[in-house]
Amino acid sequence: MQDIILEMRGITKTFPGVKALSDVSIKVRRGEIHALCGENGAGKSTLMKVLSGVYPHGSYDGDIVYEGSTVAFGGISDSEDQGIIIIHQELALVPQLSIAENIFLGNEIADKGIIDWPQVYSNTEALLRKVGLTESSSTHIGKLGVGKQQLVEIAKALSKKVKLLILDEPTAALQENDSQKLLDLLLEFKAQGISSILISHKLNEISRVADTITVIRDGMAVATLDCHNEEISEDRIIRGMVGRDMEHRYPHRTPNIGATLLEVANWNVWHPESAERQVIHDINLRVAAGEVVGIAGLMGSGRTEFAMSLFGKSYGQNISGTVQLKGQPVDVSTVSKAVANGLAYVTEDRKELGLVLDETILRNTTLANLEGVSTRGVIDDTRERRVAEDYRKALSIRTPSVFQKVMNLSGGNQQKVVLSKWLFTQPDVLILDEPTRGIDVGAKFEIYSIINQLADEGKGVIVISSEMPELLGICDRIYVMNEGAFLGELAATEASQEKIMSMIVTA
Amino acid sequence: MEQAKPLSEAGPVPQARPSVGAYLANHLRDYGMLLALVVIMALFEFLTDGTLMRPVNLTNLFLQNSYIIIMAIGMLLVIVAGHIDLSVGSVVGFIGALAAVMMVEWNLPPLLVVPVCLLVGFLIGAAQGYWIAYWKIPSFIVTLAGMLVFRGLTLALLEGQSVGPFPKNFQLLSTGFVPDLFGAGRPNVTAILLGVVAATAIVMLAARSRSRAMKFGIEDEPFSFFVAKNALIAAAIIFISYLLATYRGLPNVLITMAVLISAYTFLTNSTTIGRRIYALGGNEKAARLSGINTERLTFLTFANMGMLAALAGLIFAARLNTATPKGGVAFELDVIAAVFIGGASMSGGVGKIIGAVVGAFIMGVMNNGMSILGIGIDWQQVIKGLVLLAAVIFDVYNKNKSR
Repeated sequence: MQDIILEMRGITKTFPGVKALSDVSIKVRRGEIHALCGENGAGKSTLMKVLSGVYPHGSYDGDIVYEGSTVAFGGISDSEDQGIIIIHQELALVPQLSIAENIFLGNEIADKGIIDWPQVYSNTEALLRKVGLTESSSTHIGKLGVGKQQLVEIAKALSKKVKLLILDEPTAALQENDSQKLLDLLLEFKAQGISSILISHKLNEISRVADTITVIRDGMAVATLDCHNEEISEDRIIRGMVGRDMEHRYPHRTPNIGATLLEVANWNVWHPESAERQVIHDINLRVAAGEVVGIAGLMGSGRTEFAMSLFGKSYGQNISGTVQLKGQPVDVSTVSKAVANGLAYVTEDRKELGLVLDETILRNTTLANLEGVSTRGVIDDTRERRVAEDYRKALSIRTPSVFQKVMNLSGGNQQKVVLSKWLFTQPDVLILDEPTRGIDVGAKFEIYSIINQLADEGKGVIVISSEMPELLGICDRIYVMNEGAFLGELAATEASQEKIMSMIVTA
Repeated sequence: MEQAKPLSEAGPVPQARPSVGAYLANHLRDYGMLLALVVIMALFEFLTDGTLMRPVNLTNLFLQNSYIIIMAIGMLLVIVAGHIDLSVGSVVGFIGALAAVMMVEWNLPPLLVVPVCLLVGFLIGAAQGYWIAYWKIPSFIVTLAGMLVFRGLTLALLEGQSVGPFPKNFQLLSTGFVPDLFGAGRPNVTAILLGVVAATAIVMLAARSRSRAMKFGIEDEPFSFFVAKNALIAAAIIFISYLLATYRGLPNVLITMAVLISAYTFLTNSTTIGRRIYALGGNEKAARLSGINTERLTFLTFANMGMLAALAGLIFAARLNTATPKGGVAFELDVIAAVFIGGASMSGGVGKIIGAVVGAFIMGVMNNGMSILGIGIDWQQVIKGLVLLAAVIFDVYNKNKSR
């Protein structure tokens, strides 16, 4: 006997010109963890927006049956009243307010508009204990890391008497151990009878906690897999997501490693705001032509800080150490000098730091090397257009034209635009910070292929990534970083996830 | 990168040729304000029984609005860079006062005074830009301080009195006309000829950029629309220069304005520095990490604004033939309103020179038309305020619709 808490039947949702969902049906049993998988743009988030009433009843076709009766949510507050809570990828917390204020925001415990603070704080403390947080309820949200903020969001959901919890990529920004904590929490909720829908790209997590997996591709539910009847392999899920077998998740490359290109020695950096806090300790790094070097480490280990301090002192103060390119000492004290000397840094956060979202692909591509398309300060439209077209073809950026604004592109294509921008500066060494974060499996493969191609052309590539399998899959050599220092390096042939983790935990 | 096969997402979508109607609907934002200007002019032409377009009034319209337009050009760059400058009205007053003191009290020649005043304007802008760019103090606060400081200095310099009149040749800056080189004056042949030259140049430039865009296959403007648009613009320019020719010819300030508008349109469209200002306003962090010296660019944007405000101050003083302690009060509001009516975005990165100019003309025509109709200053302000709000709502509405 199945106890079905939610059934969505034949959901079809059309946007002008696109059919985002076509005839999707899913069933969620009470007290199960139901995973939704699919590439970016497959329609997972749209489906959840239909469910939570972001797209109100009437704007889609099909029925939603919840707790045995057909429901017609007119807005997100309707679904919340019934215990359906969605936690979005971008957290909806106010950093300037305390944990307690955030949890009861819009839902204050108040009498005639006057808030009962003692009650609020004691309720908050109880909720925080449930999600395993030891912080005081008066702590400001801004002081918490992303992992803890995520837990606060869940505590907020609990305060609303949640029956069905929807999590949209909850672990995308989390460290391994924070992710584990969060998943354990989901399992605990499951034992208490709370159902969850989990949207995630991380297949290992899904296979760990999910009871049922629905795979969505191109707006259709292509497979529903019951994890209790059969062992579901990651390859089986990927096959459903991309519609065909993926022989290798990482493209093959025969390394052809040449002379040393970049050599960084005794690199020390202090925190930009507090001069006595050393962030980077004595880092030594070298990259050879044709080599892909990885930097592994947990979030907060200082990888991005190291890369940014190296790239034109974009982070930190009192920076000391030497940088040599092709055996010659070079000055990288400003971004333009670093670029002129053949360094490029592809930032971890595309939207915030990498792109001008409101501008076209063309304008973003040439931004870091406008000299390359201009004569005495006047831009040559023809040349600029040719450059943008060349990179569009070389990196197969999928867009109707290079005059498309980058905000309209998918994550993978945006990342390719950022890569185009830096490739056009003709760098010798590229530092790629989390190059595949938030992009789908197919686009990841393409990014790896581009990395391989760059190495084959004799460039040095440094890849920073939190996904260890990715580093193991594409790098020739991996530095392991923790608390601002390199713990050591491993050749690709001898490295494994376990070795890297044990280096970090035994440090 | 042949091995990277598309796994997701659709390939390039072929673009359909839109009809004139569909094209206009898609580009409503681009032409909306120009259309609004034409409608407003037609309305006042009708309401004032033809007074609005009478040569003498048309000449006045240009003279009255020249300083707002000149400052709107500078303000556009400031706003595109993601900032604001509230001090320009006070700088207009201060530079007028400085020029008056130098010429009237110290008897210095205008040929020396004008460059010195422009330099002082540049330095004022630079001084404010320094705090904004290098100390990261919000421009709203720095220029609010500047607004108070330079208003105070204007009062101090003039000792609360009006100072004037100015030497004749200085007045020509604002009230002079381009002399007729070919005929005897009425109608002024030179004015008509310059109008024809300007119209031809604009049409030729448009044709050239269209043929380039055609070569890339990115032109979606229907040909009939292109012809109609350019014919109308050319006809309007020639018609206006003819009207001006029947009075006293082209005012000097009109030439100054035309040169500035062309130069800054070129700067924003075709130069690396212009491109970088847009990137800076669009995403400052990304611009900095792309090797752009964002501090220097911000600094220069304000210095440029200061210089243009100084030029506006000189023209304004020359037009009144006196420097008054109240000179330039509240100009910053007209200038900022013009830029926003012209489609610039409060958050930076978006806006066009020509949009700001059209925005300034919309404000100017309304001021002029309502004054002719005898509408009091009270209701004029109400109407202007509502027009500003309507223009921005129209903008936001269009943006949401296109999402």
